[in-house]
Amino acid sequence: MASTLVIPGWEKHPPKRNKDGSPWWARTFRITRVRIASQVFFFSLFLFLLWCTWFSRLGGYPVSLFLEVDPLVGVATAISTHTVYRWLWRGLFVLVPTLLLGRAFCNWMCPYGTLHQFVGWVFNIWTNKNNIDRNRYRPAYQIKYLILAVFLVMASLGSLQIGLLDPICLLVRTLTTAVAPASDLAHLNLAAALRERLGMDPAPLLFLSSAPGASEQRIFRGAWFVGLLIVGLVGMNLVIPRFFCRVLCPLGAFLGVLARFAPFRIKRDLTKCTDCNACLRRCEGASDPQAALRKSECFVCFNCIDDCPEDALSFGLGPLEFKDFMVGEPRKGTATLFGKPVISKIPETVKSAPAVPRRRWAFAVLGGVLAYPFLRLSAAVNKRGFSAKAIRPPGSVEESEFLERCIKCDQCIRVCPTNVLQPSTLAEGGLEGLWTPVMNFSIGFCQLNCTLCSEVCPTGAIQKTSLARKLGVGEHAPKGPISVGTAFFDRGRCLPWAMETPCVVCEEVCPVTPKAIGTYEETITRWDGTKVTLKKPYMRPELCIGCGICEHECPVLDSPAVYVTAVGETRSQDRSLLLETSRKTKEKT
Amino acid sequence: MDEAEHARLSRRQVLRQVAGVAAGAAAAGVLAWRLRDPTGERGKPAQPELSLPAGGYAVEASSVLPALGVATGQSVDAMVRGAVDAIGGMARFVSRGDVVVIKPNVAFERAAALGATTNPEVVRALVLLVREAGAREVRVADNPIESPEACFVRSGVQRAAVEAGATVYLPSPRDFRTLAVPGATWIVRWPFFHRPFLGATKVIGVSPVKDHNLCRASMTTKNWYGLLGGRRNQFHQDIHGIIADLALMMRPSLVLLDGTRVLFRSGPTGGSLSDVRPGNTVVSSTDSLAADAFGWHELLDRPSEPLPAYFEKAAARGLGNPDWKAQHVKRVQVG
Repeated sequence: MASTLVIPGWEKHPPKRNKDGSPWWARTFRITRVRIASQVFFFSLFLFLLWCTWFSRLGGYPVSLFLEVDPLVGVATAISTHTVYRWLWRGLFVLVPTLLLGRAFCNWMCPYGTLHQFVGWVFNIWTNKNNIDRNRYRPAYQIKYLILAVFLVMASLGSLQIGLLDPICLLVRTLTTAVAPASDLAHLNLAAALRERLGMDPAPLLFLSSAPGASEQRIFRGAWFVGLLIVGLVGMNLVIPRFFCRVLCPLGAFLGVLARFAPFRIKRDLTKCTDCNACLRRCEGASDPQAALRKSECFVCFNCIDDCPEDALSFGLGPLEFKDFMVGEPRKGTATLFGKPVISKIPETVKSAPAVPRRRWAFAVLGGVLAYPFLRLSAAVNKRGFSAKAIRPPGSVEESEFLERCIKCDQCIRVCPTNVLQPSTLAEGGLEGLWTPVMNFSIGFCQLNCTLCSEVCPTGAIQKTSLARKLGVGEHAPKGPISVGTAFFDRGRCLPWAMETPCVVCEEVCPVTPKAIGTYEETITRWDGTKVTLKKPYMRPELCIGCGICEHECPVLDSPAVYVTAVGETRSQDRSLLLETSRKTKEKT
Repeated sequence: MDEAEHARLSRRQVLRQVAGVAAGAAAAGVLAWRLRDPTGERGKPAQPELSLPAGGYAVEASSVLPALGVATGQSVDAMVRGAVDAIGGMARFVSRGDVVVIKPNVAFERAAALGATTNPEVVRALVLLVREAGAREVRVADNPIESPEACFVRSGVQRAAVEAGATVYLPSPRDFRTLAVPGATWIVRWPFFHRPFLGATKVIGVSPVKDHNLCRASMTTKNWYGLLGGRRNQFHQDIHGIIADLALMMRPSLVLLDGTRVLFRSGPTGGSLSDVRPGNTVVSSTDSLAADAFGWHELLDRPSEPLPAYFEKAAARGLGNPDWKAQHVKRVQVG
């Protein structure tokens, strides 16, 4: 058919072909290019969804999608809670492909993996020979499996810690607390420069702002540490390529365990392979494609296929162990396979399971068993020693359940419009509660008509809560409003109580009706002889919902004269304040 | 190698090197002189002060037109138009080409029905009226207590303003400049939400009628609170003095008192429909004290109680006349 087609001038300008005679587009659109396109797409999608996690941008987008498709989140919370919350079944979107194709997620979807690969690529100053050595498998790559074992054992005992290192949680947390505020700062300064120096409308720059409409620069406790951590982890790529992915990543380890069952894998044709090791030059997973492929380490990046000069590597169904069909001795060069001479001196082609000795698994399990009491029997998370400032967002489940669910992704902290939600430091949540959300009322306050944190929580640590439920109206009226704590007055610092000065900003801003702050009126003669009528505030504890706007607006800035502590929160009977008869504790009956 | 090290420099090389070092030293010296700051004062950030135009944004006073326009009825559009028409119509306040700032009260994230914020329908009608009068640009701005976006959306003011053709200005950290208010007791210099006022020629305040826990009533005068930033939480230490200062700070072209609803208790936040009663009234004036005093007596319905102290303080500065009963009040009943 092609012979009948005659195009004038065809002979003079034949279409370009690759050296091997394949058409030019076969090289341009090869599989590694498709992979890069996929990585760019998912990385952009990840950034876009995080960018959308803001009041005016939410617009119905599935902003927690990456956290939901992260199968480690689904599996670990299923282990700790025996339930699969809301959208977490979406973990199957990654789990099933992994069971078929191996750890393709790591090099095709994972935004954190993409970041590592990109940084490693940009700063790769090594020669090909060096790169081949740097991409050989090292025993240290077992560590991630041990980390996974420790986390899963702890999850089974009721303490969920996967979020410390899960790449999606880690990246959401880092972008939320360390990168987004930097972007806001850049936006402020660039917009001001544009407006004031150049007289231009800075509106097109608004996309740079992570929190448009916030009247103050957002701040996050301990952001320096989260920022330092990612700089360190990403910087490690200069020492060991894909350091995080190969050594630490618990999600990678989990997918690695699944990958052993994958029918598809990188196959090496022993009759073509010359043992040149070129396949190691850009091997992302350090998975030994030049010898027995470590299926659990392979990221399915296809770089090895790209780099193989002999065309000995391919991706496909590879259930056979070829050495069983070999005749002769490969090391002497006398072997044949299905009649063809075997060139490679390494007969093994596949190693399925993670290379972790059984005793090390046992050691890791023991570590997890011990770590649970270490963390849980610390005072910080106990009913007898919890921090007064461990104030959880409204809708949060009772503390021990909370610690079974919270993955420290800080998505709630990202969406909080007033900046009141902060990553817990060791001071509020202890080590177990590190980076979980707590409220800091000197930074913000819990806005009465807002339930955004409960909307975006992927695991139900903050249960999806309707506004009617939060306020205790309509069908929820018998339960009363959700209270996250109780406000207290420090009369020694309060202007009307201690300083003969009128104030009661606290009463003004108290959002409940009737107001939870009442006042005693008293006319006094001040030190200078002037008469002044003071309204001295007091709490009506059964009305207080602990929203903290009083503390936030109190003019005694550094240590406010009215302050909220966690006691009296409705989610927990252990931390209640008043006798059952009062309105706010009625929900227990 | 050794020979090269011990070789003598040529005269030319020596001269070139000496000249280079001398030039560098001279440049460093000049730079140091230009940057000199012996007291440490020069290094402090410059604090440019802002002033509003002399006489504020007030329009020319009229001796024949009523001081107060009061429209009662059911239709918000008709009430806004009726009230403004009663004191001379929008053409008296807004001319072709004006850039008009409208300041509603959007302090809290509350549904409009709860009466804690300006009725969005009033804002809509007002924006349309201002545009009808030929305004080039209408800006709606407030610095709320709660998160600005949420307050503007939940109250419905965002939608009403944008649909009517106004631009909404939300405060961001760089939008505040120190405003000088000469003669004020407290806010002589205070951070002011200045960005909406760049190039503005007219200012209209439109505030709900609200009970207030400390100053008793929050209406058009107290409404200017929302143009300030900084440590507003200190204002309660002399709230009446502050409100008198606010009256001094902002001399508006026109104020509207949105009495479509009245938050008669549990103010200024409210939160329950039982704290709100219908008022079905819109009041217009160039004198915010007169409008507020009318609101106190007839809308908050406290005829027997004395006016809050800020009325007297502001009136003593000649900023208005709370004795609305002695002035020409035009009442209209509209649809």
